[in-house]
Amino acid sequence: MPELMQFLLSGATVGAVYALVALGFTIIYNASDIVNFAQGEFVMLGGMITVFAHMAGLPLPLAALLAIVVTAAIGVALNKLAIEPARGAPVVSLIIITIGASIFIRGAAQLVFDKQLHRFPAFSGDDPIAVLGATILPQSLWVIAGALAVFIGLWLFFTKTLTGLAVLATSNNRLAAQLVGINTSWVMTLSFALSAGIGALAGVLVTPITLTRYDVGIALALKGFAAAMLGGMGSPHGALVGGILLGLLEALTAGYISSQYKDAAAFIVILAVLFAMPQGIFGAKRTERV
Amino acid sequence: MRLSTKSATLLVLALLIVATPFFFPSAYYYRVGALVFVNGIAVTGLVILTGYAGQISLGHAGFAGIGAYASALGPTHLSLPPSLSVLLGAALSALIAFLVGRPILRLKGYYLAVATLGFGILVSMVLANESGITGGPDGVQVAELGLRDLLASLGLKLKAPVFWYAFSGVVLLVGAWLALNLYDSPTGRALRALHGSEVAAKTVGVDVPRVTLQAFVISAVYASVAGSLLALQNRFVTPDIAGYMYSIELVTMAVFGGAGSVFGAIFGAGILTLLPQALTFLAEYEQLMLGLIMVLVMIFMREGLVPSALRLIRGRGA
Amino acid sequence: MSLLSVSGLGIEFGGVRAVHDVSFSADPGEIVSVIGPNGAGKTTLFNMISGVYLPGSGSITLAGEDVTGMSPHRLAERGLSRTFQNLQIFQQMTVLENVIAGHHLHERGSVFADMLHLPSSRRRSKAAEVGAMALLERLGLARAALQEAGSLSYGTLKRLEIARALALKPKVLLLDEPAAGCNAVETEEIDRLIAEVAAEGVAVLLVEHDMKLVMRISSHIVVLDHGEKIAEGDPAAVSRDPRVVEAYLGAHAKEAAHADG
Ligand SMILES: Nc1ncnc2c1ncn2[C@@H]1O[C@H](COP(=O)(O)OP(=O)(O)OP(=O)(O)O)[C@@H](O)[C@H]1O
Ligand SMILES: [Mg+2]
Repeated sequence: MPELMQFLLSGATVGAVYALVALGFTIIYNASDIVNFAQGEFVMLGGMITVFAHMAGLPLPLAALLAIVVTAAIGVALNKLAIEPARGAPVVSLIIITIGASIFIRGAAQLVFDKQLHRFPAFSGDDPIAVLGATILPQSLWVIAGALAVFIGLWLFFTKTLTGLAVLATSNNRLAAQLVGINTSWVMTLSFALSAGIGALAGVLVTPITLTRYDVGIALALKGFAAAMLGGMGSPHGALVGGILLGLLEALTAGYISSQYKDAAAFIVILAVLFAMPQGIFGAKRTERV
Repeated sequence: MRLSTKSATLLVLALLIVATPFFFPSAYYYRVGALVFVNGIAVTGLVILTGYAGQISLGHAGFAGIGAYASALGPTHLSLPPSLSVLLGAALSALIAFLVGRPILRLKGYYLAVATLGFGILVSMVLANESGITGGPDGVQVAELGLRDLLASLGLKLKAPVFWYAFSGVVLLVGAWLALNLYDSPTGRALRALHGSEVAAKTVGVDVPRVTLQAFVISAVYASVAGSLLALQNRFVTPDIAGYMYSIELVTMAVFGGAGSVFGAIFGAGILTLLPQALTFLAEYEQLMLGLIMVLVMIFMREGLVPSALRLIRGRGA
Repeated sequence: MSLLSVSGLGIEFGGVRAVHDVSFSADPGEIVSVIGPNGAGKTTLFNMISGVYLPGSGSITLAGEDVTGMSPHRLAERGLSRTFQNLQIFQQMTVLENVIAGHHLHERGSVFADMLHLPSSRRRSKAAEVGAMALLERLGLARAALQEAGSLSYGTLKRLEIARALALKPKVLLLDEPAAGCNAVETEEIDRLIAEVAAEGVAVLLVEHDMKLVMRISSHIVVLDHGEKIAEGDPAAVSRDPRVVEAYLGAHAKEAAHADG
């Protein structure tokens, strides 16, 4: 039993990270119908910038804040320089653009930073906390709390603020949103900033546990996307639930079946879900207009 | 008489293959040339899938991996001659593409991209983890193909790099010929039609799942053959051949040169294979440049280098 | 029994009834027009009949066979062909290739033969090309045959879609606003063509906003409003029906009155 508990706790931690990445995907997808394959790079940047700012002497909270702000700015730049000029391009082109951007960011990170693994101290020490016979790191609690806080924050933003409602309106019908005077280009900028900032936050929270390196983004982007698909593309609830489910699934596979194939199990289950219910758990059914 | 695109492409390719060795300063260049051809073969398969049919795959390196390991393991585990192992790899790739493609190709756009990506990663994971069979992450030795000995016994003695240059070149020409035939055939038109408008293709009677599956299987065989050739000429193979980066590089080569045109895609394979070789002093910047090329080409030359250039020339001419 | 019959057909999008309980039928040689104001559900009806949308309720019978929910390519094999209100052209292909692609059912064959360029494959292609050229001649598009379709004008593309739809040698032909955006001369031509096609024994289903054209060539008219069939009959009867005048012609009449006044 304690064994199961241990797997569940570590699964929830990893799942919270996937949920954050998936939420980042969701924001951009809702604003633009684009799936940003560079989402994982935001997580990497969040971790790496914090590491190097901290090494340069900045206190950790400041370093983390700097990382989030800089990453958000990089997100905005990505939108302005690579996504906006390709407006209306076919999906295949957009996939290649965002993958190209992710490779570019990775290449730049390896030049600007280095190719080593890095970490910085956990926020509240490294002494494990006992929970029902298992243990959890205080940093894991930070990660899980972070995911929940972001989810609640986004929910409030999208339901209670005028700006959030404008973003939703844009995702429902871009033309109509423009007609009622919403600045859709600004909505895009905001979405990329928000999405990149959330990715960076995930990086900041998880680096003390998993460490970071210039190339950690690919796997995270894939898992985050898988989580978003599992939950239903475009649905914030789906992103949260999909992320946690995926994390648990991986932890259980690693624990009971084979740690080498934990990634495989995740993919296979996701493919199965996609074929059984292509809309995911919370996604809305859409009939393509002809 | 005006030369058809097909004849022109084959003629130019054949000329390039035959003529460039006269400018090679050393035997090393045959190796690079062979590498260009091998990538060209894999990319020609992607022309059929992506250029004709408009379906993306970010997992074709997985099929290259299957082909490569078939030619490596066939002789040791099944006591097959290497040449038969290549065919076995192609058949296995076709079978796996058929089985995987049926469910996967129901997905579109981003979903298809991620599903194929996941497939490729699964293959490289199996190759790396099942070290009992595959030799694991450190790779495995590959037997000699044997064709060179056969040629030598017939009186044609070729050094290994020269042989591989010529052999890959011939396979590339055959691959290009098949793909060009397909372009202007009923099946090719059906594929291009569904690329243009899937709903209209259906209403003229195109069985979309069936023809996309055909394109997927065919392109998998191209990738598999390319993987086999690569393994056989290097006499060594690692799971990296099935990795994510190689899949992405193949797609980039195709769209860089022009995924809709066989010559364009092979040209793209040429440039992107040669560039890192020529700019080894910039090796640190390789990823940076690859990423930049992907973004810039998609923004400014959506059809790729060769078709965009042709359009420009024709536009002037008219 | 009719060649095509539709009974109780309906579909909802997010709770909104786009089409509800529509029934009618069409026989060989008939021109059945479906009319109604914007958003009445005409295109949605066509999409269900041609298998593009899965109907939520009701059934469709083609030559005695229940074809409800059948995929479009199966329906094509059974002789059902259509054009689209919002052009669905194969943009990157030439005009000729578009119409050859329309012959897909007649020219398809083994993919191996196609890749190896075997005589069988060449023969199939050649036959389709000859047929396609004849259709282009018929629609006055022969001169544009080798141009890339994407470079042509809207009116030309409308005719190209008709040529492509005819390539199937259909028994039932669905035309969704074939004359929209065409000038008077082009409309005249399309008008003549539809009559010709029907005279050859094809059942034509037509959605068209040009009332003069509809009243002149229809054998039978079905009127939709808010997704429901509110009237049907021959042109004279329909144009006298007060509900039609109210829902549809009324709006036009008022516009006309404004324009006059
Ligand atoms: N795929 C879809 N998803 C959601 N709503 C749809 C879809 N297709 C059609 N509708 C809705 O169904 C209704 C009927 O639309 P339809 O296009 O069939 O009208 P129409 O009679 O063809 O109009 P028009 O004369 O403007 O072409 C409209 O309210 C439309 O918004
Ligand atoms: Mg309509």
